[in-house]
Amino acid sequence: MKKKAIVNYINVFLFLLPALALFIGILIAPIIKSLYYSFFNWNGMGAMEFIGLANYKELFTSKAIGFLKALRNACVLAAFSVFIQLPLSLGLALVLGRGIKGERPFLSIYFMPVLISTVVIGQLWLKIYNPDYGLLNSALNGLGLNSLTRIWLGDVKTALVSVFIPTLWQYVGYHMLLMYAGVKGVSPELREAARIDGATERQVNKYIVIPSIKPIIKVSVIFAVTGSLKSFDLIYVLTNGGPLHATEVPSTVMIEMLFQRNRYGMGSTIAVMMIILCFAFALLISRAFKEND
Amino acid sequence: MAINNNNSSDHSVQKFGIRTLGIYILLVIWALINLFPVYWMFTFSLKTNEEIFGKNLIGLPWEWRWSNYASAWNTGNMPRYFVNSVIVSASAIALVIIASMMATYAITRLVWKGSAQTNAFFMLGLTIPIHASIVPVFITLRDLHMLNSHFSLIFPYAAFSLAMGILICTGFMVEIPKELDEAARIDGCGPWKTFGVVIIPLMKPALATIAIYTFLQCWNELMFANVFISDSKFKTLPVGIQALSGQYTTEWGPIGAALVIATFPMLLVYIFMSKRIQESFVVGAVKG
Repeated sequence: MKKKAIVNYINVFLFLLPALALFIGILIAPIIKSLYYSFFNWNGMGAMEFIGLANYKELFTSKAIGFLKALRNACVLAAFSVFIQLPLSLGLALVLGRGIKGERPFLSIYFMPVLISTVVIGQLWLKIYNPDYGLLNSALNGLGLNSLTRIWLGDVKTALVSVFIPTLWQYVGYHMLLMYAGVKGVSPELREAARIDGATERQVNKYIVIPSIKPIIKVSVIFAVTGSLKSFDLIYVLTNGGPLHATEVPSTVMIEMLFQRNRYGMGSTIAVMMIILCFAFALLISRAFKEND
Repeated sequence: MAINNNNSSDHSVQKFGIRTLGIYILLVIWALINLFPVYWMFTFSLKTNEEIFGKNLIGLPWEWRWSNYASAWNTGNMPRYFVNSVIVSASAIALVIIASMMATYAITRLVWKGSAQTNAFFMLGLTIPIHASIVPVFITLRDLHMLNSHFSLIFPYAAFSLAMGILICTGFMVEIPKELDEAARIDGCGPWKTFGVVIIPLMKPALATIAIYTFLQCWNELMFANVFISDSKFKTLPVGIQALSGQYTTEWGPIGAALVIATFPMLLVYIFMSKRIQESFVVGAVKG
């Protein structure tokens, strides 16, 4: 009997081995190592100097690193996402989910940008925003609105919004799809019953559909916020944090610390802060949704 | 009263008609906003600078310059990048499928203490940002002289899709009746044989979902590929396109062509499998 139990555990271990090796080797161990590096002043090659929490202190006080500004930008992007992108997604999901004619083709078109590589989207929007020949300025000129043309990505005032628009364009479809799946899950009988009781489309949405897809809305909010905190690809392609750090986000600061300034300790500190912030926001959002119930 | 009722319902029918029309107009506008940049990308990939820069901004190309594609394909090392992306994605998909199938089998079918905790442990991977591990992984790879290799991307990509892989597998595996395991055991199958003969053949839909999900993650990933790969022999498409656009700052046609080359396979697959692809995105989020 005992031998059987041991054999069972060996089997369990062997079945888990590939996943554990990958997961611990490439995710868990490195995170612990990041935490360790974050207490050191280290250029990646030479000796490591233990400096305690000095990196964290510098991160939050140094204007030169500009982490707080990067964090603020990430929060602005998150706010844009939650208050502009998600309502748009929800609206589309509600309309398509109630079974309108042409539902499938619309759904497929709206989801398409999600599949395009962010680098491609970034390059494409670089061309759209190009100050001399880009589609946007050319269109404005064509409409006689010459005064509105700008160096969209090069102007401190417009850069962050200009970075957000392609993000919006790409991910509305993603959140829409999640919410649409939820809307489709609402039982048709419930809907029908409400309608027979004289509820308008708006009331059905407000009192039946939206409350029942709340868990999905929560997931969407978490994805939108943590996604903004982690955002990198599109910003790297479009502005790489410029002009004058106007579009800097935590991950662009991290990459700069690592590969331009060889500050591996500080880079690790930013990595650790990003994990903490992502978990904290996810928790906070879950809490907020729970209290709302 | 009756007349009144009639009136109001007539009125609402008319109002409904206008509202529906309004909704359709908005839906079509949003569809055009989604499609237009892609259309524009496709058309400027076939134009000369002269056309792109003002003479023919948004129309179809006057003369379809496929030579743009030839220059993107020949000068920019695109075939190499393309093959690299395929190698890296396919290997990562294979790894994720093997590792997550085996782990899920241990978690959901074998009886042992700690399976729930192990599952929760893996699910941490859904929230952890991938950036978190970039420094130590970079240093480890550098010290092992493994930067600039396919492996340097395959293992991290597989690790990052693993949590989702297990989540998807679990969803499908709990649907398989336990009686099948019982029957196999009575026939004298051990866990490995049961896994191979009973479970794997029934998991095919899960495999497709995992493959699609992992593929999209790998095919589009930029940060790791950008940091770990500097040798153009190993660059993947996202990094390659970045490099290419640096070379072709003044000539837009070939860049457009490169963008289309990178996007086209994806869109083609999407046209044929749109439902399946959409499902693979929903499964994880809705169940998680």
